[in-house]
Parts: sequence; structure tokens; C-alpha cells
Amino acid sequence: MAIEALGDLGQGLRRLGGAVTGGIAWLGYAARFMVAIIWHSPAAFRRLHLTLREIYFSGVLSLVIILTSGLFVGMVLSLQGYEVLVRYGADEQLGILVALSLVKELGPVLAGLLFASRAGSAITAEIGLMKATEQLSAMEMMAVDPIARVVAPRFWAGVISMPLLAALFSALGIFGAYLIGVRILGVDAGAFWGQMQAGVKVWPDVSNGIIKSLVFGTAVSLIAVLDGYDAKPTAEGVSSATTRTVVVSSLAILALDFVLTVFMFRGIGS
Amino acid sequence: MPVATTAASHAALSPTRRLDPAAAAIELVDVHFAYDTREILKGITMSVPRGKIVAIMGASGSGKTTILRLIGGQLKPASGEVLVGGQSVPDLEPDALYALRRRCGMLFQFGALFTDMSVFENIAFPMREHTELPEEIIRDLVLMKLHAVGLRGAAQLMPSELSGGMGRRVALARAIALDPMLVMYDEPFAGLDPISLGIVGQLIRRLNDALGITSVVVTHDVYESLKMVDQLYFVSEGTIVASGTPEEVRASTDPYVRQFVDGAPDGPVAFHYPAPSYRDSLFADVDA
Repeated sequence: MAIEALGDLGQGLRRLGGAVTGGIAWLGYAARFMVAIIWHSPAAFRRLHLTLREIYFSGVLSLVIILTSGLFVGMVLSLQGYEVLVRYGADEQLGILVALSLVKELGPVLAGLLFASRAGSAITAEIGLMKATEQLSAMEMMAVDPIARVVAPRFWAGVISMPLLAALFSALGIFGAYLIGVRILGVDAGAFWGQMQAGVKVWPDVSNGIIKSLVFGTAVSLIAVLDGYDAKPTAEGVSSATTRTVVVSSLAILALDFVLTVFMFRGIGS
Repeated sequence: MPVATTAASHAALSPTRRLDPAAAAIELVDVHFAYDTREILKGITMSVPRGKIVAIMGASGSGKTTILRLIGGQLKPASGEVLVGGQSVPDLEPDALYALRRRCGMLFQFGALFTDMSVFENIAFPMREHTELPEEIIRDLVLMKLHAVGLRGAAQLMPSELSGGMGRRVALARAIALDPMLVMYDEPFAGLDPISLGIVGQLIRRLNDALGITSVVVTHDVYESLKMVDQLYFVSEGTIVASGTPEEVRASTDPYVRQFVDGAPDGPVAFHYPAPSYRDSLFADVDA
């Protein structure tokens, strides 16, 4: 009995050790992949049309979902915020509440999650399918590095698009809040905009949002291109890589948001 | 003259009797390769003469495509030499390897055309990547390559609009876009109807002779290969079991070659995957 228990414990420890070393190996691989992307980035930027094309696919084609979501999130935030603020006679603070919530937190996080679902999954599926159909091998055999030609433009397109999408998400959210708060619930327009103008600072408020969205954009783009490049060249492999991109990106955004918020919060306090 | 088989083929192609390096475009000498612990190639020795078409034949999983990937430098052998144009491919630095690849073309099993580009753009791709030619010259060159494979009229189609045979011909045009010294074909006949198959086979022969290139064709198609190649190598379980000219292969009495040429379901390449005896498998529960 005791020997069996020891055996189970040993197996459990072995599995745990395997998972830890596997995780460390994956992090090392991801870091090397990131270095390779940066190394090949000058080549990608020399042919700017490649990156611009990917910005169109990742950024411009994500606009509908980002703008629509931003508008509705802003409207809901306005309704919920108004209900609480009006109890304390502070409904004129609605503008600053909505703006700070969106610019510092909801804009980057929700835009990041939507970006991971729409653009991240598309990038993984595209690169994975290129691998499965030997297009990446064909490129290698034509003496064209797929990291420079395929991966780097998609990575940088994500990094560039994400802050812009987050900014648009926040802008539409504020507009949505204005429609509900001012036009429907009757909050004074001057107070709504004035409080927002006085309360929202470029540094640290807006800059925190920009930093967050840049970090999220980098994380999502890296996960998306890495999963695609590393996908098993089968239908099932591409499918599971695409799912993994959405799950891992979403978790990474939430975890990074917490870490960044802790650092930024401390920064304000000190 | 009988086809060289097993030990005889090794003797004929042993390092001491290799082709004159000036005459050999490709040489593999005692090449071993394994994926982790699974040994794929177990001492492959072969030469491909300049300007000739050589077919590598064998059952699925015998290591044929691995040989192409070793020649192209996508894989490195565990031991042995892989020489292309006198250069040791595994020892090349990335820049030198890419320089070598610029002088090689490869046709993949299902074409591997870039699906987001038109036929024209696919063929222009290597020219745009590796040359500074003006667009007018690139346009003319692309149309010439497409004309050579009979698809000038399909220049503006997308790969999804092409039939299997057309896709393979476009991929062939792309493989010769930079006028390579060597073209490798990975299963160029797979999944083609008899007409397309005949066209692709004829194109490989014609382009090889017209452009003075060397061709390596990995294929299962014995009938088509015997019509167009200069020499054949038979690979089984990671070793070369036979080699010879098409005439020698036709006349061969070697059991492996006969099974392959005649398409016999059983022979040296067994019908059954290795397993315990049939009786033991069926009555395992009863015996227990």
C-alpha cells in the first residue's frame, strides 16, 4: 500500500516536473522566436507594403467588431454608472467615470480580447495552413525566409494595430456613454465633458492605456504567429493551434493586465 | 545488363567508384538520418549526373522525400555526405545555403502555390525576391515561363481556380522561374488524371533538356518514370535496394524491382504490417 502510494507520488512528481520543464522550454522557444522576428524586422519594414497589407487584415477588418463592442460597452457602463452615481448626487461625474474606466482598463483589455479572437485566430490559422500546404517550405526552398516574409509583417501589424484599435474602442465607448448619459438620462453635457477634460490626464491615464494596449498587442501577436508557425501540419493541428491562440492570448491579456495595473498603481501612489 | 541490386548497387556506387565530381550534380555518400530514434535512412549512397533526370522510387514511408529535403538542406544527416554542385550542403552557413537554393527549384507534392497570390504573382515571386529586374521584364519572363507550361492564358487566375494538373504546371513554372541548375520534384504525378500526368511528365523531360538542368524526381509512378527518366533508384526501408536505367529496370528479375514494376500486392514489401501471429491475436482472450 505504502509502496503504491510512493509510486503514485513519484509519477505525480514526474508529471509535474515534465510540465514545468516543458513550460520553461516553450518560453525559451518563444523568446528565441521573438529574437528571430526582431532580427528579420528590418527586412520586413524595408518592404512596407507587406506590413501595411497585414495592418489592413488585422486592424481595419477588426474595426466593425471593435467599434460596435466599444459603443455598447460605453452605453452599458453609462447606465450602470449613472444608477450608482445618482444615489449620491454625483451624476455629473459620469463622464470621468466612463472615460477613466475605458481609457485605463476596459479599452485595452476588451479590445485585446476581441483582437485575439478575430485577428489572432486568423493569423494562426493562415500561417498554420501555409505550413500544412507546404507554402512555408516552398518559400524556404526559394531562399526566402518565412520569418521575414510571413511572420514579421504579421507580428508588427498586430503590435501597431492594437493601440489604435484600443483607442477607437475607448472613443466609441465614450460616445456611447454620452448618448445614454447626456441624451437619454439627462446629465448635463458641459459637466459630462468638463469633468472628463479636467480628470483624465495624458500621463498617467492615457499613457497607461497605451502602454497596456502595446503590451497586449505584442503578446497576442507573438502567441498568434508562434502557434501558427509551430502548428502540426494537419487539419487537426491547425484547428487546435487556433483554439490555443485564443485561449492563451486571453489568459495572457488578463494576467498581464493585473501585473501592469499593479505596477502602474504603485507608480501613482508613490 | 541486369539492374544493380542490393550489395551490387552499393558496390557500383561505393565512394571509391563514385562519379567524377565534375560530372555529378548531386552526390550522397553513406547518408544516415533519423527522426529522434526512428531511423529513416540507413546508409544511402547515390549520384545524380549533370543534365540527367533521376527518379527515386519506393513505397510510402521509405525515405524518398527525406532524401530531397537533405539535398535541399531542410534537414541535416546524422552522418554521411550530401554534396550539391560540389558543396557540402549540411556544412553550409545560412547565407551560402540560401545562395545554393537560389540555384535550385522544387516542385512540391501538391504544388504549394501561395493561395493569396494569382498564378502570375506566384511565378513572379522568386524573381521579385531575388532580382532587381524592372516590372516590364518580370512580366515578360513570367509570361514566357507560363507559355512553356502551356498556361499563359491562366496568368490572372487564382490557385483555387486551377485543376490539379494546372496547379502542378504552374508550380513547375515557378520552380524554373530563376533558371535553376537543379530541379527537385516531390511526387509530381500524385493525384493527376492520365492526360495531366502525361503532360507533366513530358514537361519535366522537355524542360530538363531545353534548359540543361538536372532533375531529381521522387515518385511512385513506375510507368511514367520509365518513359522519361535516365536512371532510377529504388529505396526500401532507408536503403537503396536497386538502381539502373529504364531498360535495365524493365529487364530486371530482382524481386523488389519486379514487385514495384508489376504492382504486386505482396513480395519483399509485405502486404501485412508487422504483427504477432494471426492465431495469437484472435485467440489471445481464450488462451488467457
